[in-house]
Amino acid sequence: MSCSSNFLDAQKGAKGPLDRRLFLKCALGAGAALGMSATAEPASGMPSGGTSGSGEDARYVAEARFYQKLANRKIKCQLCPRACTVGDRERGYCGVRENRGGVYYTLVHSRVAAAHVDPIEKKPLFHYLPGTVAFSLGTAGCNVNCKFCQNWELSQSRPEQIPAQYAPPRRVAELAQEYHCPTIAYTYNEPVIFAEYLMDTADAGHAAGIRSIVVSNGYMQPESLKAAYGKMDAVKIDLKSYAEPFYHNVVSGQLKPVLETLVTLRKMGKWTEIVYLVLPTLNDSDAEFRGLAKWIKANLGADVPLHFTQYHPEYLLKNLPITPVSTLERAHAIAEAEGLHYVYIGNVPGHPAQNTYCPKCRKMLVERVGFTASKVLIHKNKCPYCQQPIPGVWNA
Amino acid sequence: MSSSHSGSRRDFLKGSLSGAAWLCAGGAAAIAEPVAVGAKSRVVVARDAQLRGGGSTVEFGRMAALLDHAMVALTGRKSSVDAWKHLFRPGETVGLKVNTLGGRGISTNVQLVAAVCGRLQEVGIRAGDIVVWDRDSEELERAGFHLAEGGDRVQCFGTDRVGYEPELSAWGSVGSRLSKILTERCNALINLPVLKDHDGAGVTIALKNMYGVINNPNKYHPNGCDPFVADLNMLPEIHSRLRLTICDATTAMYEGGPGYKPEHSWNANAVLVSTDSVALDQTGWQMIERKRAEKGLKTLEAEGRPPRYIATAADAAHRLGTNDPRKISVVET
Repeated sequence: MSCSSNFLDAQKGAKGPLDRRLFLKCALGAGAALGMSATAEPASGMPSGGTSGSGEDARYVAEARFYQKLANRKIKCQLCPRACTVGDRERGYCGVRENRGGVYYTLVHSRVAAAHVDPIEKKPLFHYLPGTVAFSLGTAGCNVNCKFCQNWELSQSRPEQIPAQYAPPRRVAELAQEYHCPTIAYTYNEPVIFAEYLMDTADAGHAAGIRSIVVSNGYMQPESLKAAYGKMDAVKIDLKSYAEPFYHNVVSGQLKPVLETLVTLRKMGKWTEIVYLVLPTLNDSDAEFRGLAKWIKANLGADVPLHFTQYHPEYLLKNLPITPVSTLERAHAIAEAEGLHYVYIGNVPGHPAQNTYCPKCRKMLVERVGFTASKVLIHKNKCPYCQQPIPGVWNA
Repeated sequence: MSSSHSGSRRDFLKGSLSGAAWLCAGGAAAIAEPVAVGAKSRVVVARDAQLRGGGSTVEFGRMAALLDHAMVALTGRKSSVDAWKHLFRPGETVGLKVNTLGGRGISTNVQLVAAVCGRLQEVGIRAGDIVVWDRDSEELERAGFHLAEGGDRVQCFGTDRVGYEPELSAWGSVGSRLSKILTERCNALINLPVLKDHDGAGVTIALKNMYGVINNPNKYHPNGCDPFVADLNMLPEIHSRLRLTICDATTAMYEGGPGYKPEHSWNANAVLVSTDSVALDQTGWQMIERKRAEKGLKTLEAEGRPPRYIATAADAAHRLGTNDPRKISVVET
C-alpha cells in the first residue's frame, strides 16, 4: 500500500504586475474606508484569493542588505534589535526573510499585499503636505507582535499566505504619478521588514519627483535606520508605550531602541510625528502620559506633533473597552501642560483636538473633517494672525 | 498583561461540533488518553539495524514490520491490526502530520508513512479519509511525497493548497490561525516528526512539529520556543485530535539542525512510538544527548539551549504528558 498519486501543478496565487485596473479596485477599497474609521482596511480592495503559493516566486526574492554570515550556514540579521540568528531553511521573527544555504533573502521585494490611495491625514501626518493623498502600500510580516494590532491579518502572516501583486519600484512611482499622489507611503504592516523594497522604491519615486513617507514602529538597528529612513521625507513613529514592561508583554519588543530611533531621526532632520495608541488600564496612567511628554520635550523638542489615538478591540486584545474620549482628553491636557505645542486626539471624528491651533494666539489654523484637511490657513509656514512660525512641510 | 486561554465563542462552538462529530463516528472515550503502564507513559523505541538492507534506502517491508512491532509493544495487543483498532475506528478521518523541512536528507520517511496508511486502511479507514500533510506542497515533494488531491486515494498536499482558518485560536502566549487541513479534514491526528537537533529550541521532535500546523511559527522561536511550544500544543483543535505520535528516527541529527547537515546526522534506524508526546520528546532528547556525548559535544544545557519547553509541557498549567523519567517506561525492542 502506498500513497502514490498524480502530481498536481502548483497553484501560484501570484498575479501579474499591479496594473491600473487592479489599482482602481484598491482605490475603491480606500474610498469605502474614508470617513468611517481610522483603522486601515488594507486588503479590502484587493482581489480575493487563496494563499499565494509557496513563496518561491523569484520576482519577490532578493538578497537582504542587513545581515552577517555566520558559521554553519547561519546568519545574523542586522535589521532590527531582535537580531535574529537564523539557521539554514529557517526564517526570522518577521517571517519574510529566509536563510537559504547561508544567504539571507527578503521574500517581499515588490510583493504588495495592500495598496490604497489614502489621505495623508490617515497616516496620520498632520504637518506634512496637508490635504494631499499618498500612494500607500504594505507587504506581509512584522518584527513585533502587538496584541492589539489592527492589521494583524496582514502583519502577522507570512507572504505566501497573503494574496499579493507584483509592484516593482518604478511601477509604484508611475502609479503615484498617475493618481496625483505627491508621496508614496510605506504603511499597513511594519516597513522595517521590507527595507530593501522601501529603499529602492524611494529612489524610484524621487527620480520621478515623488516623495516618500513611512509609518513605522521605529524598532530598528541604528545602521539600518540611517540607510533606509535616510531616504524618507517624513516619518510617523508608533510609540506604543512609555514603559519597558508594556513593550515586553504586549508588543514583544523593547522601548529603548524606539526612543533611540526618535532621537536619531531628530538628528537626521527628518520631519517626524508620533502616535500613541491609548489602551485602557495598560498604558493610560497620568504618570506615563507625563513621562512621555517630558521625554519628548527634552529630547525632540516641543514642536513634535503627538497624536493620542483611540483603541478599538482587535486581534489578541479584545477584553478591553474602546478608549474613553475622556481618557484621551486627559492625555491631551497633560501633554499640553508639559509644554508640547501640537497635541492631537485621533480616531474620534469631529473632536476639536484633531485641528491644528497656533500655540501662541490659539487660533485654529488647520481644520480637519474625517481624514481630510478642509481648511488650511497657514501661510508661508506662519500663523496668519500672529506670524508665529508653525513647524512642518505645508506645501509641496 | 494577562493571556487569553481560549478562542472566541465561535471557535468554541466549532470545536464542540467537531468533537460531537468525532464521538458519533464511534471513537472510544479512552482513545485520547495516553497508554500507561501503571502510572507510567510508555515510549517504544523500536530498532532494526537492517532497515536499509544492504543499501542506503529504507526497505518498505522491513519498515512495515518495524512499525507493527512497535505498535504491538505500545498497546500490548496481540497483533498490529488489534493495536491499530485500539486507536482508530472505521469512518474516522485521519491526518498524518509529517515533517518535510529537511528535504530528502531528513524528513519523515515515505516508506514509514506508506506503512501507516496501509495499517489504517486495514482497520477500515477509507483511503480518501487519510490525508498526509505538512505546511507546504513543494516541501512535501522535495521530501519524496507524491501530491494527491481528490478521489478515493490517500490525500497528500500542503496547507498552501487550502489555507488557514480566518479566525485565531489562542492559548497562553500563542495566537495563531490553524491549517484548514487540521480543522476541516481530520478528526484524528497522527504526528510523524523526525528526531533532530535545533539551534534555537535544543531539539525538535513531536511537540515542536506542531509549528507546521499554524500560520506564524516564526513568532514562537524566541526564548528557546518556551513556552510557545507547550502553549501551542494546548490549542483544543490540536490537543483533542492528537491520537498517536510516531517519530521517524531512521535518520537523526545530533547537531546543526533544523536544516539537514549530513555531517551531523546518523542512521539511528529506529522509530519511537507513544501516545504521550512529552514522554516521547523527553526520550528522544536523551537519545540526541547520548549521541552528542559519543561525538564529544557538550550537552545542550552546557550550550545554553536545553529544550525547556518539554518541562513546560509537563507542568501543572499544561499537563500534556510527563517528562519525569521515573514515570516513563521506555520499551526498547
